[in-house]
Amino acid sequence: MIEFKDFIFYFLSFVLIASGLSVITSRNPVTAALSLVLAFFNAAGIWILLQAEFLAIALVLVYVGAVMVLFLFVVMMLDINFDKLREGFWDYLPMAGFIGVLMMVEMVLVFQTKKFNLSSFSDPISNISNTEMIGNTLYSNYVLPFELASVILLIAIVSAIALTLRDRKDSKKINSADQIAVKREDRVRLVQMKSEEKYIKPKVKKKT
Amino acid sequence: MIGLSNYLILAAILFTISMIGIFLNRKNIIILLMSIELMLLAVNINFIAFSYYLNDIAGQIFVFFILTVAAAESAIGLAIIVLIFRNTRSINVDDLNQLNG
Repeated sequence: MIEFKDFIFYFLSFVLIASGLSVITSRNPVTAALSLVLAFFNAAGIWILLQAEFLAIALVLVYVGAVMVLFLFVVMMLDINFDKLREGFWDYLPMAGFIGVLMMVEMVLVFQTKKFNLSSFSDPISNISNTEMIGNTLYSNYVLPFELASVILLIAIVSAIALTLRDRKDSKKINSADQIAVKREDRVRLVQMKSEEKYIKPKVKKKT
Repeated sequence: MIGLSNYLILAAILFTISMIGIFLNRKNIIILLMSIELMLLAVNINFIAFSYYLNDIAGQIFVFFILTVAAAESAIGLAIIVLIFRNTRSINVDDLNQLNG
């Protein structure tokens, strides 16, 4: 008799693998992005089976909510002929399939040994929630990597904006840096010229 | 009863799929980025499975940092794709030969 938890695991992994295959073989990148959303969602379910609730919710929020929406934005914004990008799509399939299957068989052989066949702890730490445990560890032992992660995110924000920033040509905004950096020589021109010796009064026409 | 090896084999299959995807979609940068995201997901499944079965929370902390770095990486990667498309009107990898390397 198969347990209900096992059934959920096999169902989630089947959908995860199917959506992963759909990501790499779909003709349209929008379909690929939506399949990736499905894959992330099923992975979140598997993480909940492993009692990592906080990360499962974070995966759905961060990936499905932010990163995949960004992907969809970019895919839909760019006007691309996708058929041209699929030229020679199946050319590398024999080599890729060979390397992939070889790698997978090796990994499966390693993972089926007795050392990896652990059974779960019965009830690890029952009265502390997963979020509280992550918080306790993250803000004590891993506080410096946590700060570094925030710096990495800041760099990502600044570089993404700086890469895609584009000045409009007809914009009339003032560049204050240029204004401050201006020098006297840029604005004032001194001209050497002889002074006039004698002022000649122009003749006034007599009235007739 | 499902054990640690089931999760590890699932992650291995996912990793292999995304590696084959990198081989097949070698001209389309967007699908390449998606395959890399899928690879990172497989690695994260490994981390969380070990964290659960060894009863050690440090694995989940690492997944947290991997999520952060992957989000930053995909944001910068998509910005670069937009920049490439603006300059060359294409995202084909074969067209990216300005550096003449």
